[in-house]
Amino acid sequence: MIPPMLAANPQLDRWVSFEDDGRARIAFGRVEYGQGTGTSLAQMAAEELDLPFAKLRVVAAATGDIPDEGLTVGSMSTEMSGWAIRTACAEVRALFLAAAAERLDCEAGELSVRDGAFLKGGEATGLDYWALAGAVDLARPATGEAPLKTPDRMGVIGTSEPRLDLPPKVFGAAFLHDLVLPGMRHARVLRQPSPKAKLAGLDEAMIRRAVPDVDILVEGDFVALICATEAEAAKAHAVAERAARWRDVREVDPAWAEPAAFKAMEHETHAAGAPSEEGSNRRRITATYGKPYISHGSLGPSAGLAQYDGERLTIWTHNQGVYPMRALAARITGLPADVIDVIHGQGPGCYGHNGADDPPIDAAVIALKRPGAPIRVQWRREDEFAAAPVGTAMLMELSAEVDPSGRLVDYTAEIWNTPHTGARGTAVAESALPGYRPPGKAPVRLLPDGSRFSGGLLNALPSYDIPATRTVEHVIDPPPIRTSSLRSLGGAPNCFAGESFVDELAEAAEQDPLAYRLGMLKDPRGRAVLERLAELCGWDRRWETGTGRGLGLGYDRHRNMGAYTGCAARLTVDTEVRLEKLWCVCDGGLIVNPDGAKNQIEGGMIMAASWALKEQVKLGGAGISSLTWDDYPILRFSEVPPIEVEFLNTKAPRPMGLGEVSQGPVMGAIGNAVAHALGARIRDLPMTREKIAAALLRS
Amino acid sequence: MGPKRNLPTARVGLDPADRPLGGGGMTSYGMAMVEFTLNGRAVAVDAPPEEMLLDVLRGPLGLMGARFGCGAGQCGACAVLLDGRSVAACRVEVGALGGKAVTTLEGLGTPQRPHPLQAAFLELQAGQCGYCLSGILVSAKALLDANPDPSRAEIADALDWHLCRCGVHNRVMDAVALAAKRLREGATA
Repeated sequence: MIPPMLAANPQLDRWVSFEDDGRARIAFGRVEYGQGTGTSLAQMAAEELDLPFAKLRVVAAATGDIPDEGLTVGSMSTEMSGWAIRTACAEVRALFLAAAAERLDCEAGELSVRDGAFLKGGEATGLDYWALAGAVDLARPATGEAPLKTPDRMGVIGTSEPRLDLPPKVFGAAFLHDLVLPGMRHARVLRQPSPKAKLAGLDEAMIRRAVPDVDILVEGDFVALICATEAEAAKAHAVAERAARWRDVREVDPAWAEPAAFKAMEHETHAAGAPSEEGSNRRRITATYGKPYISHGSLGPSAGLAQYDGERLTIWTHNQGVYPMRALAARITGLPADVIDVIHGQGPGCYGHNGADDPPIDAAVIALKRPGAPIRVQWRREDEFAAAPVGTAMLMELSAEVDPSGRLVDYTAEIWNTPHTGARGTAVAESALPGYRPPGKAPVRLLPDGSRFSGGLLNALPSYDIPATRTVEHVIDPPPIRTSSLRSLGGAPNCFAGESFVDELAEAAEQDPLAYRLGMLKDPRGRAVLERLAELCGWDRRWETGTGRGLGLGYDRHRNMGAYTGCAARLTVDTEVRLEKLWCVCDGGLIVNPDGAKNQIEGGMIMAASWALKEQVKLGGAGISSLTWDDYPILRFSEVPPIEVEFLNTKAPRPMGLGEVSQGPVMGAIGNAVAHALGARIRDLPMTREKIAAALLRS
Repeated sequence: MGPKRNLPTARVGLDPADRPLGGGGMTSYGMAMVEFTLNGRAVAVDAPPEEMLLDVLRGPLGLMGARFGCGAGQCGACAVLLDGRSVAACRVEVGALGGKAVTTLEGLGTPQRPHPLQAAFLELQAGQCGYCLSGILVSAKALLDANPDPSRAEIADALDWHLCRCGVHNRVMDAVALAAKRLREGATA
């Protein structure tokens, strides 16, 4: 089977070509945003081509220059893009081997490739990729038929190549934010307080008194302040906030910040699966879990640039994909896509659909009205917190039937949430522009088997052998606030709820939580993960419940088809939770870059620990009211525990994505460790001081 | 636990009594020449005295090491050394800089001659997106200048006002400890 991304971009020279400077040009459609994708994909190319890593030149992402692989999302780069680039490179290698054989008048099987040179009987032939580049036409479609290397023959995959993108980031200018274009102007946008708010008046004279040289652009309800410097634009914007009057500003109810508020909102319901025949001897156990709205919390507020020369629009962005940005800009500006160029630059980590799509669209809207100069839009911290999409809250009502032995025989997950990918393909500027019509409901995405895809259903069912399962999903669309993809979508919250619930079932059955899990898990890869995790964290020395110190674990198979991941947490609880140590054991199949993989797991665990213990987007006024880091605390250096990570089965034939696999299990582990420490369970995140006190009072 | 802030996030600026008369919050006071030392060299900047050091560094001075993160001294992405002390450049007014010494990330080292901290961060791959790193590196330098052999707790304390969203805290703390060791063994900064 030809990899889907190669089928979509079949011409081989879009992926690989050999340049006059003695380097191989490698292009792929996924973008680097600090997750190490650029390095591991380059390693896969080097591996299949038998080229030294240093002889590759990875093409910077820009429309026209790289294959179109859509968005860099869902931890799919290593699996899907990696599959495509390996297949393309293996085919290129085979074509060059055939050309070398023809030149040397021998069979291709007599030849081998080492460091880009073709050898016969282990001896140099004088031929390498570059010597043969004129003889092999790579402007041809891939067949996908060249076999990939097996792990036992790999030399580059499986090594910890240092990240290609990291060095500039420790010396100075490295980000799109640092780009200075000749004649560049700085703009800030006065945002509508809420999407349907109308501009009722703007005292432009007041703004000009403060910043005489400001260029004020008003397009419907879209107001931009354009200045020569960033500081001037900031000043003009601050005055404009006082100079503007708005009508039709909505007010949000602060209580909407709580997942339980979903139950009173209009929703659609989708049910799948079926309960088993009801047995008379069963016992039903139920519990309700909640996870609030979570901010992506990128450390750098988003930025973007655009320039319109009267014919072509050029956009500079640090978003998750240049082709989707081009499509978005075309839809909003009305320009045909083929006059829009999009250039990618490094940005702060996004962890999903944060504000990154927005400032480049702000800049494009301005640039079309102000042709000539490049327009730079830098969002403020408050913009990133208030206007960027957030990860949806979720309410998870779980229900289980257990037989007299305590065995789990029937499981229902009933979930309330907004669409996890709802704001994809939209920009916050749109609602302010003339002629805006709100989009319809989030489009239904179908899985290859024809069933409905929903981010809210990822890992809604625990990764165990359960005889009968059912999901019921209630989707609130349109959502009360702007929501979109956050790392793992529903996967992590569902795993937190499900793994907490499994511990509750084990307790009801008076069984050890690890033994209870192993009792319903046949998959040997999953069992190996849990058994090794138990050894690492000292599970057999676990102590009694309610001592103030807890050890808990969590496990899932990502999306029930990807990596097998188990995490354990050891912590203490008094007025707050303090993490002592976290562990992770993961079978993610073939590991391309061991240190990069470890970095992704560690980072995912710390981020999810922060979600579990600290984070909640607050609502009030016209929308989001948590606008600073003081309102939205995240885990700090003094609160981060040591972490131990171990990978199993690292020479498996294929790799699985790792960026989103550790969050769910670590949240489950923390929830279970807190319950072990307290003898009381906190089901509603985050596990703050107030929630701890409430849980103790309840028990 | 709760956030520990061992560094002031208050605005470093002119004493209100020294402000020109008639100035409102958003009114420019006009330009003034401010002379200070930047990464060991004397510089003179012509800017409104209430303009923030971060805007001057990233604007006319063209130094991108200090990064904009919050504008409120809450995240540490713009940290620079002011007379050897780590401060948020987004909260330091240019008018307060006269005669002082400012060190930015660019003052630590270069790709050709990295500071032992920069070398250790790359060696241990202590970064993901890297946006927080320049401020962290600057604060780590202030720490090691004052304490050549910090414990993990002391490193965490010195870096506690810095936010990192990717979760590379452990690698960062390991890299600071490694750089401290190298410096004690005679590596040159």
